[in-house]
Amino acid sequence: MIRSAGPLAALVVAGLVLGPLAALALAAQGRWALAPGDLAAIRFTLLQAAVSAALSCALAVPLARALARRRFRGRRLLVTLLGAPFLLPALVAVAGLLAVFGRSGLFSRLLAVAGLPFPGIYGQGGVILAHVFLNLPLVTRLLLQGWAEIPAERFRLAASLGLPAGTVNRLLETPMLRERLPGAFAAVFLICLTSFAVALTLGGGPRATTVELAIFQAIRFEGDLGRAALLGLVQVALTLPAALLARAVAAAAGFGAGLDRPLPPRPEAARPLLRLQDGLAIGSGAAFLVVPVAAVAVAGTPALAALPASVWAAALRSAGVAALAGMVALALALAWAAASGRGGLLRMTGYLPLAASPLVMGTGLFLIVLPLADPARLALPAAALVAAVLALPFGLRAVLPARDRAEADFGRLADSLGLAGGTRFRLVILPRIRRGLGLTAGLAAAFAAGDLGVVALFSDPGRPTLALELQRLMGAYRIEAAAGAALVLLALALGAFALFDRWGRRADA
Amino acid sequence: MNPTRPPAAPVLALTLALVTGAATAEPRILTVYTYDSFVTEWGPGPAIEQGFEALCGCDLRWVTAGDGAALLSRLRLEGARTRADVVVGLDTNLITEAAASALFAPVAQDAPYDLPVEWDDELFVPYDWGYFAFVFDRARVPEPPANFPDLAASDLRIVIQDPRSSTPGLGLVLWVKAAHGAQAGAIWEALADNVVTVTPGWSEAYALFLAGEADMVLSYTTSPAYHLIVEGDDGKAAARFDEGHYLQIEVAGRIASSEVPDLAEAFLAYLVSDAAQAVIPTTNWMYPAVTPAAGLPEGFATLMIPDRALLFAPREAQELRGPAIEEWRAALSR
Repeated sequence: MIRSAGPLAALVVAGLVLGPLAALALAAQGRWALAPGDLAAIRFTLLQAAVSAALSCALAVPLARALARRRFRGRRLLVTLLGAPFLLPALVAVAGLLAVFGRSGLFSRLLAVAGLPFPGIYGQGGVILAHVFLNLPLVTRLLLQGWAEIPAERFRLAASLGLPAGTVNRLLETPMLRERLPGAFAAVFLICLTSFAVALTLGGGPRATTVELAIFQAIRFEGDLGRAALLGLVQVALTLPAALLARAVAAAAGFGAGLDRPLPPRPEAARPLLRLQDGLAIGSGAAFLVVPVAAVAVAGTPALAALPASVWAAALRSAGVAALAGMVALALALAWAAASGRGGLLRMTGYLPLAASPLVMGTGLFLIVLPLADPARLALPAAALVAAVLALPFGLRAVLPARDRAEADFGRLADSLGLAGGTRFRLVILPRIRRGLGLTAGLAAAFAAGDLGVVALFSDPGRPTLALELQRLMGAYRIEAAAGAALVLLALALGAFALFDRWGRRADA
Repeated sequence: MNPTRPPAAPVLALTLALVTGAATAEPRILTVYTYDSFVTEWGPGPAIEQGFEALCGCDLRWVTAGDGAALLSRLRLEGARTRADVVVGLDTNLITEAAASALFAPVAQDAPYDLPVEWDDELFVPYDWGYFAFVFDRARVPEPPANFPDLAASDLRIVIQDPRSSTPGLGLVLWVKAAHGAQAGAIWEALADNVVTVTPGWSEAYALFLAGEADMVLSYTTSPAYHLIVEGDDGKAAARFDEGHYLQIEVAGRIASSEVPDLAEAFLAYLVSDAAQAVIPTTNWMYPAVTPAAGLPEGFATLMIPDRALLFAPREAQELRGPAIEEWRAALSR
C-alpha cells in the first residue's frame, strides 16, 4: 500500500501541472501563435536564468563550505536567517532590495560617502542581483545538506591522517559538489524561468520581458489563451532538457556507508588563511542576504502598532493556509520517498512543478474548478495545494538523495534483519529523510503565506490573505501600513518555515 | 437563487420553498464583480454596499479581480457561465472588447454626467473618471516639465507601468499616441533614458516613487488630493502638460444573463446617484461622474485641471492598442 502512494501522488502532481495547461489549450478555441516579442522574451528569460543560476551556485560554494566547517555562537540562527530571502514573497523581496540597492538605499548612500557614483539597480544587472539574492539561500541550503551527508567517519579519518585542506577538498568535498551542484543549478535556472514581478520591476523596461510576463499579457489583455498555453508549453519543454542534463552531469558521490553521526571538528581547516576566507564568505554572505531582510523589518516596525485589524485577521488566515500547505507537502514528499524510488518517470514528475508557470497553473485550475464549484470558496485550499506542489521539487532534492543513501547504506542490514514494508520505512528511511521532509513542508508553508497568484484569481474579497491585504494597502496609498504588513508577512513566512524546519532537524539533535 | 449550487440544490430549494411557503424569506442576491481596491475598507465598496442594501432589501455580494483588465479577463474565462449580475470597473480602453463578449445588456441609465467628454454608450454607465498625469514632489522638482518633449529633454527620472499588464500603463501609451500621433515612437525613444523602470502595476510604481526611486510617477491628477486630505501633505502635485491629458473613464455594466435584471438596473442607478457619487472622491480618489449636490470635497479645488482632455473613442483605442504597445516596446528595447 505504501508503494502505491507514490504513483498516486505523482498523478496528483502531474495533473496539477499539466491539467491546467490542457484546460487552457482546450479553451483556446484553435488560436495558436506566438506574438512578435515572444522570441525575444524567451531569449532574455533563458539568458538571465542561466547567469542567475551560475552566479548563485558559484557564490554558494564558499558560503556553504564556511558554514559547514565552522562552529560559532548563533550559527543555527544565522543559517535560518540566510534562508530568508528564498521564502520572501516577491513584493517584500523587491522592497528589501531597494532599501539597500535603490537610488536612496543604504548601499548607494555608502558609495556616495566614498565619493563613488552609483550604477543603479535597474536593468539586467538588477534582475540578476535580485535572482541571486532570492536563490543563493536555496543553493547554500542544498549544499549544506550535502556537507552534512558526507559521513562523519570520512572527516575523522582525514583528520587522523592529517590530510591538508586541499586533499580533503578533492577527496570529500568535490565529489559531493559534483553530485549536488548540477541539480541546484537546474533548480535555480528553472525558478528564474518563471520570474515575473521581480524581473519586471527591476528590469528597467521591456528589454527585460520574461516569458511569464508574456503569459500575463496574453491572459489578461488579449484573452489569447492559445498563446498563453503555448508559452506555458515552452516553459515545460525547457524544463525537461534542463532536468535531464542535470541528471546526466551529476555523479554519485559514492562515499559508502557511515555511522550516521554529526559532523566532527575539522582540524585541517584551522589554518589562519582558511579562517579568514571563511570569515569573509560568511560575513559578506550575511550582509548581502540579511541586510535587505532587516531593512524590511526596520521600515515596518513603526507601523506595527497602528496596523488595521484587517491585517491581523488576514495574517491569521494566511497562517492557516501555510499550515495546510505544509501538511499537504509533507504527505506528498512522504509518498515520493515511500515509492520504490528508482523509477525515473516518478522522479521526473516530482520536478515537473518547477516548470509550471504559476499563472498558467492558476488560470487553468480556475477553468477546471469553474463548472464544478464556486472558486471563491476554494481560494484558500487551492492556494495551499498549489504551494505544496510548487515546493515539492525543492524538498525532493533533499529527500530523495537522503532516501537513496539510507537505502544504500543500511539496505543490506535491513534485508538481513528481514525488515520490510512499513517497518523498514519507519526504522531505516524515515529518520534519515526527516530533515528533507521538514524542509519541504517549511517551503510549502512559506510559499503559501506569500501566494498572490491563486488567491487573487480565485478571490474571496471578504477573506483576503495577508499578501493580498498587503497589495490592497499599497493600492490604497497606505504605504506605511503596507510596510508594517510586509514585516508581518516576512515574520509569518519565516516563522512557518522555521517551525516545520525545526521539526525536521530534531532528528539530528 | 444562488446559481452556483449543484443542479440538485435549486430543485430541492424550490421544493422546500413550495412546501414551507418560505420563498420570500431569503433576500435576493446581487453579485457584483469589481476590482480589488474597490471593496477594501478604504475603497467605496463598503459604503455603497450598505447604502444599496438598505434600499433594495437584497444581499449584495462582491467578487473581485485585480484590476479592470483582470476583470474582463475573468469574465472572458467564465463566459456564459459567469455569476456576475453587474460589473463595475472596466474603462473606456476595454469596453469594445467587453462589448464583443456579448455578455452585456443595454442599460437604461442616463444621468447628468459631468465628464470632460460627451457620453454616449448604450452598454455602459460611467461612475468616475480622472486624468492621467505625472505626479511629483514640489520640493524635489521645483520646475516640472510642460510636455513630453520637455520631459524627455530633462534628466528627470520617471517610473511608469507596463501597458501589457496594467491599465494606467496602457493609458500612458495611448496618451503619448493621442498627443503625438505618428511621432509617438520618437517621443518614446527620447523618453527611454528618463524611465527608471517599468512596473507590473500602479501600486508598485507609486511605492517606488514614494520611496524616492524616481522624481515623477505616472498616476492621476487626483493623487495629490490623497496626500493633502489624508496626510495633510500639500507637497505633491501633478505636472500640467500642454498637449492635454489622457482620460480614464471607469464604467459599469450589467450582464444580460442575470436572473435579477431589475436589481442590476437598480444598482447601476444607485451607482450614479448622489449617495454613491459623494463617496467616490475620497475613497477611489477619482472625480465622480456626476458632481454630488454638496460639491467636491475640499482639497479637490487645489488640483491641477488640464487645459485639454484627450481620449480615443473605444473602438479606436482598441485598434490602436496593439500597434501603440509595439511602438513602445520597440523604442524602450533599444
